[in-house]
Amino acid sequence: MAKVTLIPTQTPTLFLEAENITPDVFAGKNAQEIAALHAFVGKTTVTLGDYFTVEGEGGQAAADTTIVINGDVSRVKYIGMKMTAGEVVVNGNADMYVGSWMAGGKITVNGDIDAFAGLGMTGGELIVNGNAGNYLGAAYRGDWRGMQGGEIRVSGNAGSDVGTFMRGGTIIVGGDIDVHVGTHMEGGTIIVKGDAKSRVGGQMVKGTIYVYGDIDVMMPGFQYRNDVDLEVDGEEGHFALYEGDMGERHPKRKGEVIYGQLYMKY
Amino acid sequence: MTEYLIKNGFVYDPIQGINGDKVDVAIKDGKMVDAGDVTKPTIIDATGMTVMAAGVDVHAHVAGPKVNVGRNFRPEDKLFNAAAGSGLKRMEGGFSVPTVLRTAYLYARMGFGFSMEAAMPPLYARHTHEEIRDTPIIDQGALPVFGNNWFVLEYLKENEIENTAAYIAWLLNQTKGFGVKCVNPGGTESWGWGMNCETVDDVVPYFDVTPRQIVSGLIAANEYLGLPHCMHVHGNSLGEPGNYEITLDTLKIAEDYSPQNDFGREVVLHNTHLQFHCYGGESYASKSFESKSKEVVEYINSVDNISYDLGVVTLDETTTMTADGPFEHHLSHMNNLKWANTDVELETGSGIVPFIYNPKTFIAGAQWAVGLECGLFIKDPMRAYITTDAPNAGPLCRYPRVYKWLMSAKARDDMLDNTLKYGDKIRERCYIGEIDREISLYELAMMTRAGPAKTLGLGHMFGSLKAGLEGDVAVYPYNPETDTDDPEKIEYAFGNAAYLIKGGRMIVKEGEIVDMGNKRTFWVDAKVNENPMVERDIAEKFRRYYTVTQNNYTVEGHHFVPNPYVIEVDATR
Repeated sequence: MAKVTLIPTQTPTLFLEAENITPDVFAGKNAQEIAALHAFVGKTTVTLGDYFTVEGEGGQAAADTTIVINGDVSRVKYIGMKMTAGEVVVNGNADMYVGSWMAGGKITVNGDIDAFAGLGMTGGELIVNGNAGNYLGAAYRGDWRGMQGGEIRVSGNAGSDVGTFMRGGTIIVGGDIDVHVGTHMEGGTIIVKGDAKSRVGGQMVKGTIYVYGDIDVMMPGFQYRNDVDLEVDGEEGHFALYEGDMGERHPKRKGEVIYGQLYMKY
Repeated sequence: MTEYLIKNGFVYDPIQGINGDKVDVAIKDGKMVDAGDVTKPTIIDATGMTVMAAGVDVHAHVAGPKVNVGRNFRPEDKLFNAAAGSGLKRMEGGFSVPTVLRTAYLYARMGFGFSMEAAMPPLYARHTHEEIRDTPIIDQGALPVFGNNWFVLEYLKENEIENTAAYIAWLLNQTKGFGVKCVNPGGTESWGWGMNCETVDDVVPYFDVTPRQIVSGLIAANEYLGLPHCMHVHGNSLGEPGNYEITLDTLKIAEDYSPQNDFGREVVLHNTHLQFHCYGGESYASKSFESKSKEVVEYINSVDNISYDLGVVTLDETTTMTADGPFEHHLSHMNNLKWANTDVELETGSGIVPFIYNPKTFIAGAQWAVGLECGLFIKDPMRAYITTDAPNAGPLCRYPRVYKWLMSAKARDDMLDNTLKYGDKIRERCYIGEIDREISLYELAMMTRAGPAKTLGLGHMFGSLKAGLEGDVAVYPYNPETDTDDPEKIEYAFGNAAYLIKGGRMIVKEGEIVDMGNKRTFWVDAKVNENPMVERDIAEKFRRYYTVTQNNYTVEGHHFVPNPYVIEVDATR
């Protein structure tokens, strides 16, 4: 596995939009070629070499390329955007759109990330060993296709609007979560191990949400069904099952109406 | 002005009967001239290329409020679909609802010179003209919608053709409109009462008038005025299985009329996006749905006063938008995606819904087949025009792909065998499998330039390379002698014109857009006798019902129509 190490040399005055930092683009390129790749600051075009020292070289294909970013990139957007294979490790904080539209491979961020991470993601793994921002695994503005596959695992807390229009895949948040979880959800799983605020599963049609802690205010569109014992993310638990959102349309499968499912842990 | 001489190309001009001959094409002072009349021309070498008059689009939705709402509520349509400006070009973006600039650039790349915006709500004519103004290069006109207009409904209930005509003339003048469009006649208004018109004899509530009376009356008024374009109808029950009977009922209304105009137009009714109106069966399921394109086109082949355009489904993700409000409501309940909707006061309505024509479903494939059948069954290609009802059945940029399917049986078979999941079912329920016709370049020139120009009443300006016509010429990198092996070459060539000359100016040079042209807005000024009753009705309706005054309604001045081209019609007789 070939390794490329990026070390930030300066903090951008605005923000660095660096959609080229992916194993797919780095594959087959040496340090010099990688440093010459373009990025944007505002309306100006810059190169990755202007902001990073590049060491090592990409592998033959994305799958055998690892990118390690050693340093704080909290002003760098789009890391791992659209990546299909390989690995990215960020040893620091990252800005918005980490792993957006990601289809495969693995991203590990040993720090916090900002909003829109895993946007419209269809596959792969995104691991955040810090906190995540708003719109994690959600849909792009206006789109109805949020996260469709893969897994996002956040150790800390996450912001609001997580999993909006989610259609598949799994989001696991170790800590607490802000308002609007799984709005318009049509599939997939969200596990919140801490507390959630209000509007969990609003306008949810299908899919599953687990909340281990408390929900501040329950949506009126959810109805209690029964208690169940389940194994979730490798742990046994006793849960109360609610179904909803009753205000929405709900498709039928084999004559049975399908609802979104909200499990609350006792 | 510069003179141009295009040499050595394979020229297709059905109006002059030129079928692939290598003749010289000359332009001087913005007009077509005989090759001998140019003295020091700039020579364009079109060796190995196809030369035609610039394309004329009879029906597309490219400017106005619903297009703009489509842009507003689909930010994701521009995601990964934008290009930075370069040279003269400014930034462009959007796929199914492109920005005005991309619309112009797309048309230029496809070698088009004129496009008709197919539905302008009169109340929002100012906005429509602002967008037309901001679309460079191509000449445009816009058709105001009349099929659910309160004035029209009230006059036609009593069969008052002269009053209807006087109102149409007034509205064309106020909105700087080009002709008479009619969408779901009566149905959109009925929907205000939660109803629709599903046959031509369903009565519109309150107004007590039927679609039959509306269509018939609008044709009569159109011919009374002698407008350049004929009545342009989008019939009732669009997209409903079994609707081909309503379509035939609507088309048969034209039997009572013959064209009256000074523009060489030979039809009285243009049925737009015929594909959506040729369905048999009772549902979209493969065991019920069937194509009735043959039945409908055979009827059109049997008469000589009807034209149509295809509305081919291109199997893309697109944005549907139409003044057919009830249809869009229905569609939003089918796919559960976003829905926007408007009631335009006394005049019309509209709806907008994103839609994915998924090649893995039977119905999208069948719709694709029906659209192509509509183009392949026609006997006289001068009366069948290639469109996608952009963006309803497919985005504008897919025209070249439609040409490919029409021109190559191999390309169609490839779709049926390899792309469509239910190819065999579609062969069974549609006619596509039994057609081996391939549209020739000569026929393509009829279906994309000569024909639409004639039906729009613009045959004296566009659609041919005859001396005296506008100097609008497209040169495509397609060699009819050597490029016939690969259908992909058709799609590439017609989407990437090597040259486009528009009004004598070179717009596209060696594939690059080099000039923003001198864009004109076409509208029709129809003179009628003074009509105090209609004048009083208009004043009365504005006072009592409209939320705007007449002063805020009229499209006037340089701001809205900076470069008008006015066609005058005199109906004072």
